Amino acid sequence: MNIPFTLPALGPIMPEMLLVCMAIILVAVDLLFPRKKELLSQLVVLTTIGLIVMLFKQTPAVTFGTMFIVDPYAIFFKIICLFGLLMTTLLSGQYLKIEKINQGEYYSLMLFSVVGMMTMISAGDLIVVYLGLELMALSIYCLVGLLKNDWRANEASLKYFLMGAFSSALLLFGISLLYGMTGTTDLAGIAQYCLEADILTNPALLTGFALVLSGFCFKVGAAPFHFWTPDIYHGAPTTITSFMSVAPKAAGFAVLGRFLIMAFPESQDQWGPIIAIIALLSMAVGNIIAISQQNVKRMLAYSSIAHAGYALLGLLTGTSDGYSATMSYLYIYAFMNMGAFAVVILLCTKGHRRESLTDYKGLAKSNPGAALLMLIFLFSLTGIPPTAGFIGKFYLLKAALAAGYTWTVILAVIFSAISAYFYLRLIRYMYMEEAPQQFVTHYSPGIIAALAISAIGVIGIGIFPGTLLNWAARSLIVF
Amino acid sequence: MSLPILSLLIFFPVLGAVILLGTGKENGKKIKIMALVISLLEFVLTLPLWFAFDKTTHHMQFVERHSWISLFNIEYYLGLDGISILFILLSTLITILCVLVSWHSIQTKIKEFFVCLLLLEGAMIGVFCALDFFLFYIFWEAMLIPMFLLIGVWGGPNRIYAATKFFLYTLVGSLLMLVGIITLYMQGGDTFDILALAEQSYPLKLQLMLFWAFFAAFAVKVPMWPVHTWLPDAHTEAPAAGSVVLAAILIKMGAYGFLRFSMPILPEATAAMMIPMIILSLIAIVYGGLICLAQTDLKRLIAYSSVSHMGFVTLGLFSLNTQSVEGGILQMINHGVITGALFLAIGMVYERTHTRLISDYGGLATRMPVFASFFLLFTLASIGLPGTNGFIGEFLILLGSFMTRPWAALIAASGLIIGAWYMLWLYQRIFFNPVNPRWDSIKRLDRREITIFLPMVILIFWIGLFPNHMLSYMHVSVAHLLEQVTGNPAGIANGVQFGLDAAALPLSH
Repeated sequence: MNIPFTLPALGPIMPEMLLVCMAIILVAVDLLFPRKKELLSQLVVLTTIGLIVMLFKQTPAVTFGTMFIVDPYAIFFKIICLFGLLMTTLLSGQYLKIEKINQGEYYSLMLFSVVGMMTMISAGDLIVVYLGLELMALSIYCLVGLLKNDWRANEASLKYFLMGAFSSALLLFGISLLYGMTGTTDLAGIAQYCLEADILTNPALLTGFALVLSGFCFKVGAAPFHFWTPDIYHGAPTTITSFMSVAPKAAGFAVLGRFLIMAFPESQDQWGPIIAIIALLSMAVGNIIAISQQNVKRMLAYSSIAHAGYALLGLLTGTSDGYSATMSYLYIYAFMNMGAFAVVILLCTKGHRRESLTDYKGLAKSNPGAALLMLIFLFSLTGIPPTAGFIGKFYLLKAALAAGYTWTVILAVIFSAISAYFYLRLIRYMYMEEAPQQFVTHYSPGIIAALAISAIGVIGIGIFPGTLLNWAARSLIVF
Repeated sequence: MSLPILSLLIFFPVLGAVILLGTGKENGKKIKIMALVISLLEFVLTLPLWFAFDKTTHHMQFVERHSWISLFNIEYYLGLDGISILFILLSTLITILCVLVSWHSIQTKIKEFFVCLLLLEGAMIGVFCALDFFLFYIFWEAMLIPMFLLIGVWGGPNRIYAATKFFLYTLVGSLLMLVGIITLYMQGGDTFDILALAEQSYPLKLQLMLFWAFFAAFAVKVPMWPVHTWLPDAHTEAPAAGSVVLAAILIKMGAYGFLRFSMPILPEATAAMMIPMIILSLIAIVYGGLICLAQTDLKRLIAYSSVSHMGFVTLGLFSLNTQSVEGGILQMINHGVITGALFLAIGMVYERTHTRLISDYGGLATRMPVFASFFLLFTLASIGLPGTNGFIGEFLILLGSFMTRPWAALIAASGLIIGAWYMLWLYQRIFFNPVNPRWDSIKRLDRREITIFLPMVILIFWIGLFPNHMLSYMHVSVAHLLEQVTGNPAGIANGVQFGLDAAALPLSH
């Protein structure tokens, strides 16, 4: 038998292929030039910038049947992930030296995880989603455990692996149920079959939907699937924590958004309220538990749970306005969260990681620049104008109100006010309390660049948000 | 296209703050002088407004309008009318005095202090100029950041608690208002333009919801009973300049919010909520006054007196006729001047004694006679002695509210008596009782401090003797506002009709 075989168009997956090549080259470079560690980060920065430019110019296309979709929506999210990679690389140089984990695998694994994210983002088929998701997750499990001699990192890595495996199993089970009911794993195909066969209320289908949703919620760290977040954020190397809080989260949201609107566009009135509950629960858990944290990384971990809740406010509407609100918010969140982590990394020194909140006492006096930047990022995370965080939150609230979720929005703003308490607490330590401690900071060029990019992003988007918002509005899935 | 004077007013202090931030921190004196020059220049910049303002129209003047975030139809839209112009002038004047009063009392982080103060000034002016609801909200919230730092970094022993409480109270109120603003935006045809929003009519149910959403933000700021509890803490713990700005400007923004947003945009809800608002105001007047009698802390007492005085303001605004509303606005200015002056005075005496307990004082009149005379004047103005500005404001409010609801005026008038009681008693305990030997060698006022008081004294007598000058700025705008709310330029004046308007008061010249 002769099966006709034609090679699918490879143009649309060019960025991913380049990234894979680069990931392999990095390991080789590390072997060939073991003394030149800075070469690795320089290569990653150049590659990332090149890819971002390339993505901006990429034309929408579909390849591998309908399994791999390159549309403006995918490009938007891929650029967030690459941005996260770029910022993390800029932050890493100094930190890796301090923690003695400066090795080729570090960058290589990050690149592989980004390939996974980009695959997820472009996936038009649940199997491809799973493929990308696992590539991303496996790389990150390793990255989390990179501090081999730190028991926290080991615990984090193992915990993340076990919980991640569990959530993947849920996801796979959900996918198999959906496949069983509809006979396809193609997102658009599922929607079409559901409509034709009129099985939208079928219990097996709903179970499948719920399981897939749980799997994605695990990835974005939304309550009640958030239990892994604090320990893993705390144990992982800080650079990886900052990376995880931005890139995989964005990828998770991208795939969740695509899944909801492509596979189940007709039942928004059913999944809308469910996601509203998940969003509110995330805000409640994140913001309230963050109040009692004593460690900056844990506090930011809980804050990231809360921010996942805010970002869900846009998705749950199922409207174009809501989607572009979530998309803009993830961008803004990348800037402000990366900025906050950059300050944490800046203060980290050999033998003293300065992760406790009380370690920030008196920072404003000895190190006014770092304190001012942290102040800006924290106010942005709180959502106080004129920072970008306010614009993002405003857009989300507006979209959710327009879709009729008035009470959800009212509760969301109350949780948002609660969040002010713990962000303010760090500001209080920095500005209002004195402590006789010396801060040793090394302003490496990478950290300076990362801090400058975040600060300019947070203030710039706060005052002139037009460009970002318009770009997000143009980058929607065609409804 | 003329000079964008309002933008200049907003961004000049911000620019000044940035320049200050760039100077070295060792040279405290240079920084103070720079801050003083910036605030003086800012005040000079406001003077053209005062003279170029056209009093014969209610239309917005000095308008600047540019598209800002086109996706949401948000504009950079500024303008002034007869209501807001007075607050701009007050803000720039008060800022100068704040710089002066902090001259010696701020010893640490001098540069950061003045940076915060100037940023605060820019945001305050922005609040009063903004004609786009979104823009207004930006300034309204942005103000929180410098104020939080002013209280929390340079305040008294319990400053961190006070600063956090202030921030959280205001934030909760503001966020609820934000939900209201977005709802209004969607109902009002996708615009944040305040004037356009006021021209439309909304269903009563929606109006009531929005009214309470706005109330959450504005009532906290005023502060109205029962959401006033942040104010005593914030006032007490803030540094002198912080207390002055809080008392003179920040808490006026709540009342200004009612005037600019709640009343014209939600007229039916305002009319429906008139009685509850009046009752809340009366509670604030009487309860605030009674609490003053029990205070042992000097600053706390003045803080609670603000609750009582602001009760008069909201009573005036919600009595909805020409006299009461004009009286309310004038009383906002008056309270800014008088309480601002009282806090300045307390700041000066605290700098010398480092105690706020009333019982620690006594007989200061023999040690600081000039100071005692100034303080007496401010005390009397606060009580509302005829000839001072306090009298005009309270008289107009009582007159106006008597015309609509005599019972309200009756209860409010009792607040005046309580006011005289606690203020005179305070004066007695500080200045007349047996001399506390601790203060035998207390320093008298120096020239800088007398200079600080002079503008306040001038304003007290100027408004007190020639109120028409101030009132003439607001006549047309208030008439327009009342027409929007009640359909009648004179407002609600049933009940007793006196047939005289504020312009024809016997006190005018």
